[in-house]
Amino acid sequence: MVLDPVLLSRVQFAFVISFHIIFPAFTIGLAAWLATIEGMRLLTGKAVYRRVFDFWLRIFALSFGMGVVTGIVMAFQFGTNWGVLAQKSGSIQGPLLGYEAFTAFLLEATFFGVMLLGRDRVSPRQYFLACCMVSLGTMFSSFWIMANNSWMQVPVGHAIVDGVIIPASWLEITTGPVMRVRWPHMVLAAFLTSGMSVSAVGAWYLRRGVHLEEARVMLKWGLGLVAVLIPVQLAFGSLTGSYVVKHQPAKFAAMEARWKSQQPASEILFAIPDTQEEKNDLTVEVPKLGSFVASGNLTSREVGLEEFPPEDRPPVAIPFYCFRIMIGMGMLMLAISWGGLFLLWRGRLESSRWFLRAIVLAFPSGFIATLCGWFLAEVGRQPWVVYGLLRTRDAVTPSLTTNDVLLSLTCYFLAYAVFISFGVYYIFKLLRDGPTSEAKAIPNATASRPLAFADRADTATGSQARTTS
Amino acid sequence: MEPSNLALFWAAVIAVAILVYAVLDGFDLGVGMLFGTTRYAAQRATMMDAIAPYWDGNETWLVVIGASLYAAFPDVYAILLAALYVPVLLMLLGLIFRGIAFEFRFRSEGMRRFWESGFCVGSFVVAFVQGAAIGAILKGIPVVDGQFAGGAWDWLHPLSILTGLGLVLAYALLGAGWLMLKTEGEVREWAAVRLPWLVAAVLLVAGLSLVVALNDSAFTQHSLQEKPWCYAFAAIAVIAVVGAAYTARRQRDRLPFALTAFALIAGLLSLGAMCWPYLVPEAITVANAAAPEASLEFLFYGAIVVLPVIAVYTVGVYRVFRGKIRPARD
Repeated sequence: MVLDPVLLSRVQFAFVISFHIIFPAFTIGLAAWLATIEGMRLLTGKAVYRRVFDFWLRIFALSFGMGVVTGIVMAFQFGTNWGVLAQKSGSIQGPLLGYEAFTAFLLEATFFGVMLLGRDRVSPRQYFLACCMVSLGTMFSSFWIMANNSWMQVPVGHAIVDGVIIPASWLEITTGPVMRVRWPHMVLAAFLTSGMSVSAVGAWYLRRGVHLEEARVMLKWGLGLVAVLIPVQLAFGSLTGSYVVKHQPAKFAAMEARWKSQQPASEILFAIPDTQEEKNDLTVEVPKLGSFVASGNLTSREVGLEEFPPEDRPPVAIPFYCFRIMIGMGMLMLAISWGGLFLLWRGRLESSRWFLRAIVLAFPSGFIATLCGWFLAEVGRQPWVVYGLLRTRDAVTPSLTTNDVLLSLTCYFLAYAVFISFGVYYIFKLLRDGPTSEAKAIPNATASRPLAFADRADTATGSQARTTS
Repeated sequence: MEPSNLALFWAAVIAVAILVYAVLDGFDLGVGMLFGTTRYAAQRATMMDAIAPYWDGNETWLVVIGASLYAAFPDVYAILLAALYVPVLLMLLGLIFRGIAFEFRFRSEGMRRFWESGFCVGSFVVAFVQGAAIGAILKGIPVVDGQFAGGAWDWLHPLSILTGLGLVLAYALLGAGWLMLKTEGEVREWAAVRLPWLVAAVLLVAGLSLVVALNDSAFTQHSLQEKPWCYAFAAIAVIAVVGAAYTARRQRDRLPFALTAFALIAGLLSLGAMCWPYLVPEAITVANAAAPEASLEFLFYGAIVVLPVIAVYTVGVYRVFRGKIRPARD
């Protein structure tokens, strides 16, 4: 493998987008979770819901802030490193991403502010409405990202004039069949990510014997949410697989590490793909299951990578492993949530310390599954950046040299190492301390400065408060 | 070729967003730089309080500029960001570092000095590369087949260094005006004493930039010959900053900021008028860079809903926190 601007730009994009996506994915789920808890408080009037809400609101604000900062970087990446892509498909991707930015700003300027600052200024019902709107807004924000990416996966509703790709039907672009499957898949992934995190925090407190009342709410609701959603997610995952079979057969062959066409096809459970020799080592496979996974019967013929010219094949190892890790995480979430609910029903969950430990350890399962899903989708789409229309190697900014991208990649790496580790450290600190204090309106804080909410009111904004403490 | 109405609308959105951004983020970047030049912790704390509610929201406008450029003028987005690869990288790093430094300064006693210098250096870098971008664009950006055809360091030359310094000083001046507006006592005095010196420095660097631009940039020469009235904007800007220095000495608290902001807008408008109808001088005009009407129209509906809301929100935040802040006591 040679270091060239194309490869380095791909690594850079993968790096900055991966560290961006974990925050929005977390906040989409947390927003829905906060709306649910606030709704429960409104219904039952129990004080514990308020404490749980205030606690997760701070985590939410911090994650939202991290998402905003890492998002500013994303607004420029398409132009700096993918100039030809920006030029050729900017009239489609630009407006979609523009809508995403607008949605986020609209949210920040309206209901997000009410949610962070308005508890004492609006009625409880209005406050609940604001929470629901924030949740809807985060989902809507992801709509534009998924519309943009789905169009890159399976371009629809466009025309090509003088070598430039222009929009022909916005309706088709934003609501095509692929979009209808992938957007719910992403939103569900975000819900599961947050559900597993909330459960894990609850389990952590129970193991430590602190914040018991709040921990029970987190555990019950978190596990319940995951238990209900995971089968739905598996269904949407399988629908997502169907679009790949239909529209991106090379990606499907790669994620199954199927080098030769087979009839009926077997399903590889584990293997080490060897790209040089075009074969797999240490293969564990089930006969006929591959046909079932791809086409829903036990007899169909499934295409292998051999049917595609080498220049049209995606890499195999990353899609193959990521697909399996994603499915594995899904199974883990299924086992944890259903097992946990069973123990809860039998009244044995709190005494099963080993199971609580398993829930704690499963904290990152949703994040891992989400990232693997994205790696699968993006690496599997190669060698195309816009599938079938524009190759990745032709999309890079032509003026870039290897040294330019090495420099920027190194800088982003260092900056993110500092930024993300501090952010994650503060989130960890908040989680460790637990729901100990109320979220208060903080002087000098506004909705566009959500990081300020991470701390207690008396330490958050400095001098005025500092002198009183 | 004449630009369509929608193309003009988007050019106007981007122009207004740049002006709003320059004034709003300008003052907080300026305060961020001035902040590094005082040794007294209490003064620094007051300066931070003077920008705390605003600085994050001010950066919103930067994303409006980036997103609108991508959607409405994708060719220009591609060319400018490629030509300014290193400045954009430095700007983003500066913004990130500044953001971390601001939020973590309050939370770590031990590393406070580190974060404080980080905030100052980050502000300086952001201001400098934004100014340098102006010089780089005036000098000329080579374009072949709709893509930037130069090197990653072509942006760095005497003109861009001068314009970079010019914007650093202009933002610092704006920051000093803001401190006079928002604070009282020691910090206000501190800013009032420095403001006239900053005015002198801005005028000096701006004058030098003009001389170098007329020498180095063929585009600037032609453009100013064709449109000598662009000098009128520049003259207005000069009168306004001199007024800012004068009013600062007369102990007026609001006028220095207002006049500096006015001067910055006039200065940027003179640059805009010089470049019109080009978005990338002598390479790409508004009309031939515009995305198809279908794209301009699609996002237009979003813009007419969202932009007024952001504007109202921005005004609202400034109203909520209007007036002088109390000085910090530690």
